[in-house]
Amino acid sequence: MMETPAAAQPDPIPVSASVPEAADGGPVVVFRNVSIAFDGPPVLQEISFSVASAETRILLGPAGVGKSVLLKLANGLLRPDEGSILLFGQEISHMPEEKLFPLRTRVGMVFQEGALFDSLTVRDNVAYQLIAEGVPDHQIDRRVRKALRFVELEDTFSLYPSSLSGGMKRRVAIARAFIRKPELLLYDSPTGGLDPVTSTTIIELVMKERDVYRTPSLLVTHRLQDAFTLCSHRFDLEQNRMVPLPKGVTDPNTTFLMLEEGRLIFDGSLHELLHSENRFVREFLE
Amino acid sequence: MAIDTLDRTAKRIVLTVQDYSLFAARAFMNLWTEPRYWPEFLVQSDIVGFGSASIVLLSGFFTGGVLALQSAATLSQFGATAVTGQFVSITMIRELGPVLTGIMVAGRNASSMASELGSMVVTEQIDAMRALGVDPMRKLVTPRIFACISMLFFLTIVADAFGLLGGGAVTVVLNHQDGTQYFSKAWECLRYPDIIQGLVKPLFSGYIIASIGCFYGMRTTGGTQGVGRSTISAVVTASVLIILVDFLLTRVLLAIFPPL
Repeated sequence: MMETPAAAQPDPIPVSASVPEAADGGPVVVFRNVSIAFDGPPVLQEISFSVASAETRILLGPAGVGKSVLLKLANGLLRPDEGSILLFGQEISHMPEEKLFPLRTRVGMVFQEGALFDSLTVRDNVAYQLIAEGVPDHQIDRRVRKALRFVELEDTFSLYPSSLSGGMKRRVAIARAFIRKPELLLYDSPTGGLDPVTSTTIIELVMKERDVYRTPSLLVTHRLQDAFTLCSHRFDLEQNRMVPLPKGVTDPNTTFLMLEEGRLIFDGSLHELLHSENRFVREFLE
Repeated sequence: MAIDTLDRTAKRIVLTVQDYSLFAARAFMNLWTEPRYWPEFLVQSDIVGFGSASIVLLSGFFTGGVLALQSAATLSQFGATAVTGQFVSITMIRELGPVLTGIMVAGRNASSMASELGSMVVTEQIDAMRALGVDPMRKLVTPRIFACISMLFFLTIVADAFGLLGGGAVTVVLNHQDGTQYFSKAWECLRYPDIIQGLVKPLFSGYIIASIGCFYGMRTTGGTQGVGRSTISAVVTASVLIILVDFLLTRVLLAIFPPL
């Protein structure tokens, strides 16, 4: 695996004091032989992989292959028919829903279309968890403004989702997912259906979270360019933008998974992906 | 082939009844444990109670009026138009007030609950809520059920009162009878069992309206078309169940409080 500048020289990126880890310091998410079907042929079959602390895993695959289902399984929103899923070291496949709620508060999830609550303002959307926890209003306002500043949308504080563009909705959804400093981030096609400029903004935010807070994440996408950008760039906090890594260097903590017809056909680094002999991987890359 | 279809349909119906029973029981039990969302309860009470007041009082008023018209025409054949008030009062308070209020509120609120929650399901807002660690059953369903039960109780009283007023207006203005006689007869004939009958039924109707509306909303599939299907199913099922449960309750309540 290639080396990052971060590994070769002192790390210029500030790391959060509370680096997220699973309870036992092991992988944050583990899938073991997971299968699921909905009134028909299996959507996912025998899926096994893990997400380590501070690792970003990019899940690739064509549309309708089960990527979003896999993400929902990771958060306990769906239950597998077979196999087991460990989230922060706890088996969640058969965990009662009531016990899953506190576990889910440690996970930030960005849905495909943002899934903002359309009857609530941006402030109330971003602060949804904080309001549910009974955090005082002045603290909520301060934290929401901070989260919105992170996604550069502070001006939308009092607006309703209906007055936001598609890209802005995704960024608000990202702010909502980030506000409680989650220990795991799940992104469901955060750039799907967006124009290239807005997609780059979203990917920059994902990278900022990865490099500033070292939050482990599982990102679903079918856009290779987003995946490659995440591997070949890092976020520079001083310049407040992403900068390319030196030629031939990639982020070692950003790795790939690929699905084909419900089966995991690839699990490895960018280098391994680019040199894979698998016919489907080759076709997908081309 | 036909047997297979029947078999599948029967299984689907049994499964739906089972799902609904579990859903409704869970929503009801949630009220007795934390967390409770009182602000949601108040918002829903306003939507169901204040929002439905106009249609309930109008339908109550005109139903009372029609009852007075019809009964006076029949009673006049026996020279008994004096008991029009008694007829309207007993019919409205025991039967038509609760049933009509239930059906009117079902048309307005079971549909709105099903479409609102259905839209939230298809736009992944329900999943987002679960992912944020908030139980949609507690946050969305339980407050709606208890708001509907409590508001339907008061709406039925409003419908009863306006039904009596409507009957009175027709008696005085169209039938040219004595208003004092109408209202005194309407009052004198009432017994506590009549009022209990009339006020127990909306408690069940309210539970049916909200639980059916939320149940169909929460199990919506198939995008915007699915939302439309859920809305229709919610209104039809709630209306039929209200009448069915009204029949069963009347049977039970008449056994408990036999007529004099």
